[in-house]
Amino acid sequence: MRARVFVTLKPSVFDPQGRTIQDALHSLGYAGIQDVRQGKYFELDLAAGSADQARALAAEVADKLLANPVIESYRVEVD
Amino acid sequence: MKFAIIVFPGSNRDHDAWHVATHVLGESAELLYHKEADLKGADVVILPGGFSYGDYLRTGAIARFSPVMGAVRAFAERGGPVIGICNGFQILIESGLLPGALLRNRDLKFICRFLHVRVDQIDTPFTRRCRPGQVLRLPVAHGEGNYFAEPAALRALEANRQVIFRYTDATGRVTDEDNPNGSINAIAGICNEARNVVGLMPHPEDACEAALGSTDGLVVFESVVAAVASDVRAAARPAAVTAAGRQG
Repeated sequence: MRARVFVTLKPSVFDPQGRTIQDALHSLGYAGIQDVRQGKYFELDLAAGSADQARALAAEVADKLLANPVIESYRVEVD
Repeated sequence: MKFAIIVFPGSNRDHDAWHVATHVLGESAELLYHKEADLKGADVVILPGGFSYGDYLRTGAIARFSPVMGAVRAFAERGGPVIGICNGFQILIESGLLPGALLRNRDLKFICRFLHVRVDQIDTPFTRRCRPGQVLRLPVAHGEGNYFAEPAALRALEANRQVIFRYTDATGRVTDEDNPNGSINAIAGICNEARNVVGLMPHPEDACEAALGSTDGLVVFESVVAAVASDVRAAARPAAVTAAGRQG
């Protein structure tokens, strides 16, 4: 099975990379881009008997390693 | 006394720390590879600067799972003095031995220069020989040193006097221009609640000899040598009393 994990900075954490990208987009004329937040994306191939098991395993490794709970949150998708 | 300096894949200031411990201070020191399971009788642990695991994922995120970190955690929990410098600070933060997080520098630039930090607390093993408010001129070399904590965590840190070093100007004044990386409250270094684990972004080990431009870092290492010596004396004292009591 495959799980996708999206890790993003919490809203309260300043994202200087996202801000720089936003500024670059504005300088390219994309005034309509109001905010940019940069994150990380992981694709996990995993051995699991069900989508629920895959989701639980992906969440476990996200809690343990992929995301830092002090500054980041994550979302898991499974197919 | 003996320093253990932990060598992770990608550590690069490990020999600087070893040089200060042995050649400058004349103490014994051992470079311990991160796969070691014990600290070989060390009195002090240094997690050195560098780029452990290439800074992959997040700085310090993978090094925290190295086998030696179990021994470092146990040593810290027994009250042993542990200092994390730069990447070592990042590893202590990721391992949960120190609170908060270290984010990308505010301006996204890697900063490599001398600056000033003020010593705000001297009741840690690494600052006990400092004067309160003493300003140290130390180098920094990092891309991710922007200290962050949520408001409640930050309040607790300040209330417990866990902020040990702050970025200031040469006179010890906190200003935005003298904050190199955007750290909240100009935080350059902190300690844990028990005060025996200290982490900081600047490099005291690279400021211990006049030839390197500053000797202000030396006090950090002299402090811990004094702290270990006083612990040894304190440990010996009750034993002596007991022995005297038995004789009496």
